[in-house]
Amino acid sequence: MSVVIDIAVQAGLLILLPLPMLGLINVVKSRVAGRRGPPLLQPVFDVLRLLRKGAVYSRTTTWVFAFGPMIGLVATFLAGLIVPSAFPTSPFGFPADVFVVAYLLGLGRFFTMASALDTGSAFEGMGASREAAFSAMAEPALLLALMILCIPSRVPSFGDAFSALPAAGGLLRSPGLMLAALALGVVLLAETARIPVDDPNTHLELTMIHEVMVLDHSGPDFAFIQIGYAMKMYVLGAVLVHLVLPIPQDGWAAPALFIVGQAAVAIEIGVIESIMARLRLSRVPQLLIGACVVAAVGVLVLFTGGRP
Amino acid sequence: MTMPNPKSFHNGQAVVVADIVAVAPRAFRDLVVESCGEGGRLAALFTLPGRPGMPDLVALVAHDAEGRLSLLKTGIGAGGGYPSLTAGLVSAHAMERAVCETDGLRPEGHPWPKPLRLHAALDPAVPPAAATFFRVEGPGVHEVAVGPVHAGIIEPGHFRFQCSGETVHHLEIHLGYQHRGAEALLRDATPARRMVVAESIAGDTAIGHGLACCRVVESLAGVQVPEAADQLRAIALELERMAYHVGDLGALCNDVGYLPGASWFSRLRREFLNSLLEITGNRHGRGLLAFGGVRVDVPAAIRQSVLDRLAAAWRDLQDVASLAFDSPSVLSRFERTGVVSRKAALDLGLVGPSARASGCSRDVRRDHPSGACATHRFEPVVENGGDVLARARVRWREVARSMEFVRSRLEAIPEGVAAVVVPALRPGLLGVALVEGWRGQIVHVASTDAEGRLVTWRVFDPSLQNWFGLAMALRGTPISDFPLCNKSFNLSYAGHDV
Repeated sequence: MSVVIDIAVQAGLLILLPLPMLGLINVVKSRVAGRRGPPLLQPVFDVLRLLRKGAVYSRTTTWVFAFGPMIGLVATFLAGLIVPSAFPTSPFGFPADVFVVAYLLGLGRFFTMASALDTGSAFEGMGASREAAFSAMAEPALLLALMILCIPSRVPSFGDAFSALPAAGGLLRSPGLMLAALALGVVLLAETARIPVDDPNTHLELTMIHEVMVLDHSGPDFAFIQIGYAMKMYVLGAVLVHLVLPIPQDGWAAPALFIVGQAAVAIEIGVIESIMARLRLSRVPQLLIGACVVAAVGVLVLFTGGRP
Repeated sequence: MTMPNPKSFHNGQAVVVADIVAVAPRAFRDLVVESCGEGGRLAALFTLPGRPGMPDLVALVAHDAEGRLSLLKTGIGAGGGYPSLTAGLVSAHAMERAVCETDGLRPEGHPWPKPLRLHAALDPAVPPAAATFFRVEGPGVHEVAVGPVHAGIIEPGHFRFQCSGETVHHLEIHLGYQHRGAEALLRDATPARRMVVAESIAGDTAIGHGLACCRVVESLAGVQVPEAADQLRAIALELERMAYHVGDLGALCNDVGYLPGASWFSRLRREFLNSLLEITGNRHGRGLLAFGGVRVDVPAAIRQSVLDRLAAAWRDLQDVASLAFDSPSVLSRFERTGVVSRKAALDLGLVGPSARASGCSRDVRRDHPSGACATHRFEPVVENGGDVLARARVRWREVARSMEFVRSRLEAIPEGVAAVVVPALRPGLLGVALVEGWRGQIVHVASTDAEGRLVTWRVFDPSLQNWFGLAMALRGTPISDFPLCNKSFNLSYAGHDV
C-alpha cells in the first residue's frame, strides 16, 4: 500500500508542481517590481489554452519537428519520476539511475535542438548552436555535482545518495556538498534558460538561447514544450532541495518540506531575475566553466578530506 | 528688407533662391567636399526646380563653429548624371541615394547606388538593384535576415546580417516600408493640415518636426514669433527630449534583463508625457504648435502642477539612474558594446546623442541657436566611449540639463499673445530650419516659386544619417548584442522613410 502512496505522491507532485513554480517566479518578479503581476496559476491557464488550439506546421519540416516536443516532454517526465521528490527515495529509482537522469535530460535537449534545426530558420539554427555549445559546458558541471552527491553512499543512485546525506552530516558539515549545491544552482539557471544566462521574457530573437529554438512550435506542441520546460526546472530543483534540506524518510512532513524547498528555488530564481541584468552571451561560458571548476574542487575536497 | 546672403546665413532665416551661387557639377563636388573638410558638415542635399526638365542640386552645409549655414547649387545636365560626392564625403551616402530615387539623378561613382526606400518586392517598376544586398563570401559565413515583421510591436525594417558564428561582419539596413510621401504632403497641404502632417513624420518627435515645420513657414513668411510662444515651444521640445530619453533608458535596461531599471524608467517616462498632456492636451504634444506661435497658454495652476510633477520625477529619476548606472551586471553589458569611433561618427555625419556619445561636440541648440535657445547656453553633453554605455550616459546627462532648463523657464514664461497671424509666403525664397530634436538634428527646407507657392519641401530626420552609425556599431560585435545596440540608437523608421 505504501508503494502505491509513494508512486501517487511522486507522480502527483511531478504533474502538479512544475507549472505553479513558473507562476511563482513571475509573481515574485512582479512584486519586487511593484506590480500586481499575473496570477500564480497563469502558466497552467496558458498551457490549457495551448492544448485546445491547433498547431501550424511549415511545409519544410519533417517528423523530427513534430516529435521533438513530445520526446522532450516524455524524457523529462521519466527523469522526474526517477529523481526522488517528496521522500529521499523514489519508487522508480534503481542503481545507477543518476546517469539515466542526466542523459534523459540530454535526450530531451537533443530533440529540441534537432527540431529547431529541422525548421531551416536562421534564428532557430542560431539558438540550437548556442544551446549545444552551452550545454556541453553545463553537462560536466552537472555530472561532477551528481558525482559529489554519490560519493558518501558510494552508489550512483539518487535514492542511496539522498538517504546517506544525513549520515554524512548534511550540507553544513560538508564543504564538498556546498560546492556541489553551488554548481547545481548555476546548472539549474543555465538549463532552464533563466537570467543571468538567458532571458525568458525577451521578445528579441537574436539574444535568445532556449526560446528561439521553439519559435515555430504552436498549439499543443508548444504546450508540451512549456510543460517539459517547467518539469526540467522541477527535476533539477528537486536535486537541489534534497541536497540542501534534510528531508525525513517518511511521514507527511517530507512532502511539505519538499514543496517549501521547491518554492524557495522558484523564489530564489525570481529574486535573481529582479536584481541583476543578464550576462553578455560571450560571458556565459565563463559562468558555466566556473561551475565546472567549483564542482571539480568539490570532488577533490570529498576525496581528499577523508570524512565526506 | 534685405535678405541674407546664401553663402552665409543663420538657422531660421530664408534666402533668395536666385542668389544661391551656382557652379559646375565637378566644382560643386569639390567645393562641398572641401568645405566639409574645413569644419563644415553636410546638413542637407536636395533639389530645387531649375531649368525645365532638369533640377538643380543644392547642398546645405552647416558651419558649426561659426554658427552659420551656407548653400551651393549646381545645374544637372540631361541624363541626370553628376559626379558623386560620396567618394570624398561619406556623410552624403544616404542623401545621394535619396536624391537618386526621388529626382532621377545619377550620382556617378557612388559606391552603393541602391534605392534608399524603394523595394523591388513591393513595386515591379523598381530597379532590381533594390533587391541586392551586400554579401560576405567565405567558409562559415552565413546570412541572418531579420524583419520587416518583428517580434515586438515596432516599426517595420529589414536587417541583413553577414555573420560567421556569433560575430557580425556586416549589417545592411533596408528601410522604406513606412514611406508615406510626407514631403509631398507637406508641400501640397493646406496650412491647417500641414501642421498635422509635420507632427506625424515621426510620431515620437511631434514637437521636433512640428517646430522645424513652423520655423520654415515663419521664415518664408517673414514673421517673428511672440516671446511667450517661443519659450513654450522650447520647453515642450525639452519635455519631449526628457520623455524619450528616459523611455530609452528603461528600454535599454529591459533589453539586458534588468527589471528595476526597466520598470522605474518606464514609469517615470510617463511623468514627462503627462506634463506635456497637462500643458498641451496631448501626451505627445500634438496640437501645441501653430504657425506664428502656439495654440495654448499655460495658466499658473498648470505651471505649478507641472513643476511639482517634475520635481517628484526628478527625485525618483536620480535614485533609479544611480541604481542602474552603478549596477555591475548592467555596466558589464553596456561597456564596450557596439562601439562607434569618433572618426566613424564624423565621417558618417552622425547627429544627436549618437554623435555626442562618440566624442563629437555638436548640438544645434548651441551651434545654430534660434528662438529661446539663443538666450540659454546649451553646452553639449559629450562622452567619449562610443559604446552603449556612452549613449546611455549622454541621454541621462541630457535629461538633467533639460530638467534644469524647463524648471527655470516654466516659472518665467512671459505674459503675452500666444500667436501672431502668418501672412502669405514671400515668393522666390528658400527657408531652412534646424532643430535639435531628441534624436538629433532635424532639418526642414522649403522653397517658394515666383507666386509664393510652395514648390519644394524636404525633411531630413536624424535617423537618415544615424542608421549607418548602427550598422557600423555592429561590425565585429556579437549578433546577440544587436537588439541592445539598436535600442541604444533608438532610431525612427518613419522618420527615415518620410
